[in-house]
Amino acid sequence: MHVSLFITCFNDTLFPGTGKAMVALLERLGHTVAFPMGQTCCGQMHYNSGYQREALPMVRHFVEVFRDAEVVVSPSASCVSMVQEVYARVAEEFGDETLRREVAALAPRVFELSMFLVNELGVEDVGAYFPHRVTFHTTCHSMRMLHIGDAPQRLLRKVRGIDLVELPKADECCGFGGTFAVKNADTSIAMLSDKIRCVLDTRAEYCASADNSCLMHIGGGLHRQRTGVNPIHLAEILACTEEGMPAVGVAAATAAAERNS
Amino acid sequence: MSREGVPPLPTKRPAMAFEDAARLSLGDTQLRFNMGKATTTIRGKRTKVVDEMPDWEALREAGRAIKDRTLRHLDKYLIQLEESVARVGGKVHWAADAEDANRIVAGLVKSHGAREVVKIKSLTTDEIGLNEALAREGIAAYETDLAELIIQLADERSSHILVPAIHKSRAEIRELFRRTLEGTEGLSDDPKALAAAARTHLRKKFLTVPVAISGVNFGVAETGTVCIVESEGNGRMCLTLPKVLISVMGVEKLIPTWRDLEVYLQLLPRSSTAERMNPYTSFWTGLAPPGDGPDEFHLVLLDDGRTKVLADRIGRQALQCIRCSACLNVCPVYQRTGGHAYNSVYPGPIGAILTPQLVGVENAGSLPYASSLCGYCYEVCPVKINIPEVLLHLRGQVVRKKQESFLGRLSPENVSMQGLAKVFSTPRRYAAMQKLGRLGQKLVVKNGVIDRLPGSLGGWTAVRDVYPVAQQTFREWWAERERTVKPKLPPREETRP
Repeated sequence: MHVSLFITCFNDTLFPGTGKAMVALLERLGHTVAFPMGQTCCGQMHYNSGYQREALPMVRHFVEVFRDAEVVVSPSASCVSMVQEVYARVAEEFGDETLRREVAALAPRVFELSMFLVNELGVEDVGAYFPHRVTFHTTCHSMRMLHIGDAPQRLLRKVRGIDLVELPKADECCGFGGTFAVKNADTSIAMLSDKIRCVLDTRAEYCASADNSCLMHIGGGLHRQRTGVNPIHLAEILACTEEGMPAVGVAAATAAAERNS
Repeated sequence: MSREGVPPLPTKRPAMAFEDAARLSLGDTQLRFNMGKATTTIRGKRTKVVDEMPDWEALREAGRAIKDRTLRHLDKYLIQLEESVARVGGKVHWAADAEDANRIVAGLVKSHGAREVVKIKSLTTDEIGLNEALAREGIAAYETDLAELIIQLADERSSHILVPAIHKSRAEIRELFRRTLEGTEGLSDDPKALAAAARTHLRKKFLTVPVAISGVNFGVAETGTVCIVESEGNGRMCLTLPKVLISVMGVEKLIPTWRDLEVYLQLLPRSSTAERMNPYTSFWTGLAPPGDGPDEFHLVLLDDGRTKVLADRIGRQALQCIRCSACLNVCPVYQRTGGHAYNSVYPGPIGAILTPQLVGVENAGSLPYASSLCGYCYEVCPVKINIPEVLLHLRGQVVRKKQESFLGRLSPENVSMQGLAKVFSTPRRYAAMQKLGRLGQKLVVKNGVIDRLPGSLGGWTAVRDVYPVAQQTFREWWAERERTVKPKLPPREETRP
């Protein structure tokens, strides 16, 4: 399949390793990948902060960039839910009939990575090897907006060498919530500290997720507390194989963990 | 301290912002412990009793649809209700706002020469500040719900729709009773003993006070019936013993037919107290035969901003609420801050969408932001109110309002959001900003992370490190890969410290 990657502004700028892992993984599975250079941001931050009029040009831009894609795959459940759930609302709110039609045509072809692999390609075993203790944080948007179900877990269970441990209180929000973490910093911190306690209870080496935004928040806390637990995107685990790790984010994170300990 | 710091309610003027009030609550460790424990317990029980129902989703859909239809034809059903109530011997009074409603109720109490009233726990009468208004007229109102009584004796505000004293421990309640109720010197903190002490106090009131005031859970247009659900039975005492009954009903509590009750009487108890059926469900259809209940029944129909909410296509969902409080019990924000931080009789997620609509976004602009948008509230709402959708809708109104003023347009948030919107709308500007960020961050990156940020972003770095802009962004890597021969494996790259 010809896959167009939507890497998201956040991953492009802060976590390029996740995008590279996706490229390695999808090419290994025999797909061709493209990265339309015109892509920028889905507009979620603006929309969710109340700057909905300002988000409109970004929505239009996204549709323009990906209009002709066969499928669009992204490593962010949160940004995909913006496209799938909110774009239609934006088009309706601003009475843009053309945009509404285009969104209706495009949105069903936009996928979060784990859903794409499991539901669209029907793949669970991607031939990955990751000999570590891992716990998985199901983000709220992936769980309650995208309804990704256990797609990530099904992929992770097939990873060789992995020791997958369940995260207690997995259905509770980590407290990131975009600008919520800044506007309501104290409440966000209270939520984060509970989430970190749950992560530490699992004695996992890695805290994985299908979204780097929550991981930035949880990982930032884990790092500040010198816990030695590393945040890792699902794509990075799935990209690892027995014959030489494509490594990207993962090896780097491990090296950093050793440096920090 | 959180509890003394709570400003009075209700308010049509700007109250303390949620984030500031939340900070006060978060510092109260006892409150956080009590809240966490109570909400976790109720949440677990709710899940269990909801999972028993094979048709739960169909019930939710029915609950939503009935309310939706009623709200679309509210005028018709309200007139039908008025006619029905009159037919069964009651009298309907229309109140445009809180002041109106309070005047009507005080007038009715005084016309009977009464100086005291007993009350059934009611959020609507809290919303209009009825107790305070009656006090100003020299009328004492006695709350009869145990938790509501505790709140009244402590001269506090409720912090939960259903469990007003959720933030209080048994020891605190014992001390309060010892201080305020007669003959309680040797009281223990056993829940039974506490309830008995309250009962002794209340019994005197039930037998002597001539007027009772209630809210309304459901008002049936077809029959003129008022339905009140409760757990303790004290409400039923109020409905039957006093000579006069006055019920204050928000116009959105209307349902068209008796049959519709079937849906809500299943949805409500499971969602609120995690019970299969309500312990006390009382119906009141006008007047009973002489000597078998009140001689007079008054129904005060309250608007107080509700028809204004009705005019908002997205926001009006909030009027479907049946006050079960399931959204409070699952909300991670409410669970940690408690209800007082919301500065509203309606706390938690439902309060965050209802209050700004009732008092105006300009007076409660921080409330739509009191959510991480995790969506748990929408998932449990028995009438499927899309709370996150309404939160976002109201955030849009807050921003638009802010942008109307010159100072608002100059605010750092507005300036940076406008700037970012421009950056994100063209790939060229966006790539330039990435490069600029990489250069700029050199001042703040230490050992591969940023541990301190200036200004309003400082809240982030108080407990979290920040990952810097990558040495090579993904798009730069991709461009390089396209230029050179595509490598089999991507090069090693540090992305996280």
